[in-house]
Amino acid sequence: MFEWWNELCAPELGFLRYAMLLGVLAAPALGVVGTMVVTRRISSLAGASAHAALGGVGLALYLQRVCLWKFCTPELGAVFGALVAALVVGIVSLSAREREDTVIGVVWALGMALGLLFLDRTPGYVDWQGYLFGNILLVSRTELYLTIALDAAVLLPLVFFYNRLLAVSFDSTFAQLRGVRATAIYLTLLALTALTIVLLMNVVGIILVIAMLTLPAAIAGFFARHLWSTMLMSCVLSAVFVVAGLLLSYFCQLPSGPAIVVLAGAVYLLALILRRKRRA
Amino acid sequence: MTPIIELENVDFGYVPGELTLEQVNLTVNSGESGCIVGPNGGGKSTLLKLFLGLVQPTRGKVRLFGGSPEAGRRRVGYMPQYHLLDRVFPITVFEVVLTGRMTSWLPFWYSGADRRAAHRALEEIGMVRLADRPFSSLSGGQRQRVLIARALACEPELLLLDEPTANIDPGAEEQFYGLLDELRKRMTVLTVSHDLGFVNREVDSVICVNRRVVKHRAADFSAETADAVYHHHVGLIQHDHSCFCHCGDKHHV
Repeated sequence: MFEWWNELCAPELGFLRYAMLLGVLAAPALGVVGTMVVTRRISSLAGASAHAALGGVGLALYLQRVCLWKFCTPELGAVFGALVAALVVGIVSLSAREREDTVIGVVWALGMALGLLFLDRTPGYVDWQGYLFGNILLVSRTELYLTIALDAAVLLPLVFFYNRLLAVSFDSTFAQLRGVRATAIYLTLLALTALTIVLLMNVVGIILVIAMLTLPAAIAGFFARHLWSTMLMSCVLSAVFVVAGLLLSYFCQLPSGPAIVVLAGAVYLLALILRRKRRA
Repeated sequence: MTPIIELENVDFGYVPGELTLEQVNLTVNSGESGCIVGPNGGGKSTLLKLFLGLVQPTRGKVRLFGGSPEAGRRRVGYMPQYHLLDRVFPITVFEVVLTGRMTSWLPFWYSGADRRAAHRALEEIGMVRLADRPFSSLSGGQRQRVLIARALACEPELLLLDEPTANIDPGAEEQFYGLLDELRKRMTVLTVSHDLGFVNREVDSVICVNRRVVKHRAADFSAETADAVYHHHVGLIQHDHSCFCHCGDKHHV
């Protein structure tokens, strides 16, 4: 009966346990940022930021290998691309001069295209599929530390500024009238979203990032009545999805990223149906 | 009587070359109650935004409590139209009202005094028993009242209500008018409304907004002339939609 458990504890499966640990460690940042992405309706902004991260990866690898700028690691490039994209779209939407969805579309496509162009011109092998579809099974110790750092970067301000965040998210005009710096909070949120996206790139890949940011929070939103409980519930859900998805992928020999997302999507649909029934 | 709101030769346009409000000169004094009326798109909500410094005038000067709108707006309780807010945001009624206690120096958590003020505001609006309900589960009229409670929780000296009666539940209307009359005794209340029955209530002035802004003193009419004139005036505003377009354009009642 516990054969599968023994199998999991086998020494050669260290990579799988590492991946699960990363999933659990990433959950706080994922749940909190995901809840904000869903409640503030910036999931397409997050999508644009994720795809622009690939542009950053391409640029960084090109600079590293062609211009021999050693400090330009793909991770640094991804952070740069995702941050720039998120802030550009955010500032455009604040000034409201251009159509926000058009700008999102442009940043999305341009970031991706630039990334692929740079990667094409970069000599040597590049595992670009890893960026698109995730490589959680190749997690290193550094990534675990970075994840803990991200959790701290998300949770510390949250503890201190929760009430401001709540006020700004619910009604930013009113919060501004009460003396809250709505713009500063919004831009901080965008920056944290970009960082979370880059981290997620390693878990499920760019393509599926939006799913992992939105699905747990969307499910939590069906049941929670407060912002904080939505966050808490989506933290738990994202940890469960990553761990269960990895188990599923291991035992059924499925690619891990898609397995995680399909699992989360199935639970979302189930929750949707359950809620409909309860209401009817 | 100290002026609370002063607008001097104010022009404002969202798009360059296209003025939403033109040549606005307006003073609202402390304790005065007013009703801002005008056709849709005439600039009523924009006028409120100018008061609060949410938009900057293209030309002219806006003063709130004698200073800049940014400095004065903490003393204002503002109620926006509820449908501008997210319908499904996860927040309870009490949490919404508490945001009225927010300040720029809030030390991270709300104090007991803040909670009591929020509770009082809910009591005043008659919604204490809904305090723990999700905001998203309320009817339109209930949401509107919660937003009024939030504005009251600011303990304001000036209350700005944008279309407070647009969605009020039929039964609650009289009670709501009663509440407004109470509030007018305590603070300066300006109400934006296209519901012209409002003008009938005890207001000091009627501010007509249709690109231009003209303030009529309700008292002038009743003092100078007989009731008939007053009624005539109110009747005009009530029944003839073209009237305030008219008075807005021609400075004429």
